[in-house]
Amino acid sequence: MERFSFVFLVAGLGFFALAFVVSAWVPMLEFGELSVESIEELAADPPQSFLDLKDQYPVAYKKAFGDQDDSAAFADALRTGRKIYIGEGCWHCHSQQVRPVGSDEERFGRLSYPEEYNNEMNYPPIWGTRRIGPDLIREADKHSNDWHVAHFWHPPDVAPTSVMPSYRWFFERDDPDTEVDESLTPNRKGLSIIAYVQWLGSWQDNRRETIHAAGSIDRAFDPPVEHKEEPPKKDDNEPKKDDDGFGDGGDDPFGDDGKTDEPDPFE
Amino acid sequence: MTQAASNPAPLKPTINVQGAVTSKLVCNGLVKWHIVASFVWITIALLAGMLYGTQLLQINRFPGVEVMSPGRLRMVHTNLIAFGWLTNGFLGMLYWTVPRLTGQRVASHKLGWLTFFAWQAIVAATWVGLHFGEAQAIEWGETPVWIDPLVCVGAVLVAIQFYTPIVKTKERSMYVSLWYFSAAFVWLGLTYIMGNFFPQYVVPGAGAGAMLGLYIHDLVGLWVTPMGWGLMYFFVPVILKKPIWSHALSLVGFWGLAFFYPLQGVHHFLWSPIPMFAQYGAVISTIAVEIVVATVIVNFFMTWRGSEGSIKQSMAIRWFFVGAVFYFVTCLQCAFQVTLTFQQIIHFTDWVVGHAHLVMFGVFTFWLYGVLMHLWPKLTGRNWHNPRLNAWHFWLTSTGLLLMFLDLMSAGLVQGFMWKALTPWDETVTASYPFWLFRSILGLGIFTGHIMLVYNMIRTAFAKKVTHIDLDYRAYEPSVTEQVPATV
Repeated sequence: MERFSFVFLVAGLGFFALAFVVSAWVPMLEFGELSVESIEELAADPPQSFLDLKDQYPVAYKKAFGDQDDSAAFADALRTGRKIYIGEGCWHCHSQQVRPVGSDEERFGRLSYPEEYNNEMNYPPIWGTRRIGPDLIREADKHSNDWHVAHFWHPPDVAPTSVMPSYRWFFERDDPDTEVDESLTPNRKGLSIIAYVQWLGSWQDNRRETIHAAGSIDRAFDPPVEHKEEPPKKDDNEPKKDDDGFGDGGDDPFGDDGKTDEPDPFE
Repeated sequence: MTQAASNPAPLKPTINVQGAVTSKLVCNGLVKWHIVASFVWITIALLAGMLYGTQLLQINRFPGVEVMSPGRLRMVHTNLIAFGWLTNGFLGMLYWTVPRLTGQRVASHKLGWLTFFAWQAIVAATWVGLHFGEAQAIEWGETPVWIDPLVCVGAVLVAIQFYTPIVKTKERSMYVSLWYFSAAFVWLGLTYIMGNFFPQYVVPGAGAGAMLGLYIHDLVGLWVTPMGWGLMYFFVPVILKKPIWSHALSLVGFWGLAFFYPLQGVHHFLWSPIPMFAQYGAVISTIAVEIVVATVIVNFFMTWRGSEGSIKQSMAIRWFFVGAVFYFVTCLQCAFQVTLTFQQIIHFTDWVVGHAHLVMFGVFTFWLYGVLMHLWPKLTGRNWHNPRLNAWHFWLTSTGLLLMFLDLMSAGLVQGFMWKALTPWDETVTASYPFWLFRSILGLGIFTGHIMLVYNMIRTAFAKKVTHIDLDYRAYEPSVTEQVPATV
């Protein structure tokens, strides 16, 4: 046992391999049935927010994505947007994972599930380990494109307490000769990162009632205290959406129907 | 303040004799230059960390400057600490310890210099790449994808370099440090390949998430930790001039680390879409590893027992002592925070940031400082220029880090409970401001201490008077300047 070869083979290789099998390979088998969607498949049907970008910034859009058709341009934007999201370190201050605990579901929306990460946009997944800003996996359509444009230009303008830096290099002047700020529009980087953020969670309905409260403006109209006391509005006419097989009900963020009756240790 | 004047310095003939003996075995230049490189990288890393920290106070020294964006600086901070500072430091110490433990030279000093420059090129490319937005989405492994293969080559070269003396040695039994080193070189390569290639090209989604957890954890647990433990087990007995308390216990610790540590990675993503059985397994094995940690702590304190005065006399032992205390704290904290209950509140908060600083800075960086206090006079052949600066560095850094840890831990609790209580997000940010302000002030203190140490190292290296050479431990006498001045 006191030989180099024993240490090398058993501790160095053996235990590492054992751990790899137990904590990475076997869990991976659970997802073996899932197909891996390509970015082109994901981008086949671009969301309205992306089509709006094309209408809002025609010059910049053309410069950024050329004459590609909408889905090709969207696939391009997703690839570029993801690269920027990683390169700028967005994922060190924003998570992409809604947990079943810590009031995550009430605040951000539906619990994260394995299927939504099993695609080409998640090589590797960008779950993150820190939230300086809110989670983003349910971000689609929570804010308008305009909000995102203003926010990337100077975050405190729309969220006064925000500590997020400005991303001036996401913007360019349409006409390089003028100094007028009106001609500033998002460039390829800006359009792509907005398309990417607006894509996050767009594969499902995020318009459920959460008290995400990204800025104080939201809060002024919707004080959280009152919100908490009020029972959540239920639209009885609409059938409950529960097609995910998790049995957590579709539109009841405050109900505990997805959870067990375990006592909450923090109550 | 007894100074060099009263120092019974070894005379010049001693230098020649002993220098000749050890230069056959050890290339002191490699040790020295790895240390120099590590200090270049930690200086940049600390600056990057401070600039990122002040962004949280809405202070940005480089508004609109793309390459200095705080998001990129954060990755510069963590990567330069792991690969620039700790890894360089460890490599330097290995060139010092492994030949002494085996009685054999490393594979080749030329290979050593090749690896040295290659490694600095890798770290520099990572640094520049991160500034230019080339990061890879793997925490602690943001090294751009086009550098990853080079890192693997570097790991193989390092393994060849140090496996050669370990295999060739004529010693009948291996000292525990060598056990750790033997395993750590394999682990470094395997961890890097698993973490940087599989999630990037082979497996997407939640399966890759599990591997990312393994990578973050293994980089610390299977590279930094065994290196740190191995060095502690070498230098503490050497400085105290007595054997380690129990070699058998240290081997129990080795096998415990080897078995339990690799199983824990998934605990970085609890309550995630990774299957629950993997999460439970990771939690149980993390709690089990506390037994392993206990062996190291017990061994250190039992070795130290009976030499209590050393903490006052030797700056090196003082660093090791504080590092060991912090190690106990961080591992105790670990056993609690890893549970699914704690994770509900503290995951995603500053608590985790505080924990990471306590491990990477409070323990392993402190131990490297301890080694440095001991080695720098030997490597330069000169007494410490000003021991008081070292004492100042010690107090600024250790109290700064302790307070930073407490500050971030409290901030984490505040954030976690506010999030759970559905407090609007912007209010949870304003509630964090005071904690972040205090953290930045402490960071400034730590950086001041760091500058004092660097200044002291430079002045020592360029001092005219050669006073202190005892490269061979057989002739080792503790020098006056390694001791703590009475006034501080």
